[in-house]
Amino acid sequence: MIEAPPSSKPSTELHLVSGNSSPMIAVRSLAKKIGQQEILRGVDLEVATGETLAIIGRSGGGKSVLLKNLVGLMAPDAGEIWIDGQNIIGMNERQLGTIRKKVGILFQGGALFDSMTVEENIAFPLREAGERDPEVLHAKVKEMLEVMEMEGEEEKMPESLSGGMKKRVGLARSIVRRPSCVLYDEPTSGLDPVVADSINRLIRRLQHRFGMTSVVVTHDMKSAFDVADRIAYLHEGRIYFHGIASELQESTDPLIQDFLLGRSEGRGD
Amino acid sequence: MVRFFNALGTPLLSFFQYLGEVVLLAADTFRCIFTHKLRWKLFLNQIVEIGLLSQLVVVITGAFTGAVFSAQTFFQFNKIGMGSATGAVVSVSICRELGPVLTALMVAGRVGAAMSAEIGTMKVTEQIDALRALAVYPTDYLVVPRALAMMISMPLLVAECIAVGIAAGYFIAIFLLEINGTYYMANMVRWTRNRDIIMGLSKAFCFGILIVFISCQKGLSAREGAVGVGRATTEAVVNSSLAVLICNFFLTMLLNIIYPAGYQ
Repeated sequence: MIEAPPSSKPSTELHLVSGNSSPMIAVRSLAKKIGQQEILRGVDLEVATGETLAIIGRSGGGKSVLLKNLVGLMAPDAGEIWIDGQNIIGMNERQLGTIRKKVGILFQGGALFDSMTVEENIAFPLREAGERDPEVLHAKVKEMLEVMEMEGEEEKMPESLSGGMKKRVGLARSIVRRPSCVLYDEPTSGLDPVVADSINRLIRRLQHRFGMTSVVVTHDMKSAFDVADRIAYLHEGRIYFHGIASELQESTDPLIQDFLLGRSEGRGD
Repeated sequence: MVRFFNALGTPLLSFFQYLGEVVLLAADTFRCIFTHKLRWKLFLNQIVEIGLLSQLVVVITGAFTGAVFSAQTFFQFNKIGMGSATGAVVSVSICRELGPVLTALMVAGRVGAAMSAEIGTMKVTEQIDALRALAVYPTDYLVVPRALAMMISMPLLVAECIAVGIAAGYFIAIFLLEINGTYYMANMVRWTRNRDIIMGLSKAFCFGILIVFISCQKGLSAREGAVGVGRATTEAVVNSSLAVLICNFFLTMLLNIIYPAGYQ
């Protein structure tokens, strides 16, 4: 997939052998240990610009860790992460700030600032970017709430929102600055099927409306099939399968079959 | 013997690692103070939280400490006919020791716990990760406003505690213990110097710095869940209080060289 650079130092040039000339995200041999546990054991991955990749896998399998590595919230022990042609390994917080403006992230619980209203939460990235005009801020918040189908909820505090609403507000906050890529950490977990479906529709709408590159980490297969162009199956710290949805469904691999059918004592174990 | 030193090694290393983390946080905060723009709204919120909302606690602490200290000093000094020296003893003690230490302990309990719990909750609910993901540096956003507010509020709170303590001592001495007010005041003014007040306020500044960095560090390193936040909060209060008491001794010895006690 990605050719190794000649030096062991953080390289400054992305070498590709795949047909994809300009991936938004490229990950090479990514390894991460937490305590004594090896979470990622050499993940290789590419996400093309404008594409939606779903990363599936069992709970505790390192999906969220992989996502946090992609945006520099965790530092890997080895490997390379390329975002929009820049290797983020070894970058300090200030340099990562530039990358993070290009990449939004939706956290599993929304991670809304609980001392702020919905409007203040959504306007926060804009204020941090220097926007001070209350009319501009209000108009952008209103637009985002329309996209999220949450008109009129500006003054609510996070504690009075349902799980699905928190995720929508979290998503609005992460895309209000129009990043070129959005990372979703379990966007449908803990939601009822109807609300989960509305979140999936929202992800698809964002793809079409803003042309954003998306990485969706989930163990909800319906969500993965609904939103993804391609699916990667993370198993025991490595990408075990990588392909389009129909290839995954047609796979006869017992491990994949067990996961798709939700068998706890299957042939793959 | 080797086993003893081996057993001692791990806690000692953990202790030095913890001290290092607090010092690094302090260094990072001072770097941010000089390199980032101040967030005035957050800073003023913290002034209200630390300075304004601690008034009642500090006033009550100062008043009752001054009152009881005045009474106890009078009971002892009156036996040897030195009742009118009570004012001087109360004033100098509150300025140099009781005012700063007791205020710091109360602030550690009230403000330190709140800082640690708030930042700890933000940590375990991924709000700090969200800040970083939105290209906001957590030290700049969370610690700098608290540190600056504490550096300004603590000396003012201690000054208030000293004033209330001395006033309470005076009222108890004059109206309850019936000491001659003229002698009381004359002795107090004679023996209390500017350097005593400066020493108290210098200590207040140092204690404020200790409390804010110990509490914020505990919050930032809180582990998962409610238990983690609870533990971080408890440790923040205990460690801040111990640090205040231990540093008070060394500050007393050091500052006594610069601002020697007694009438000179």
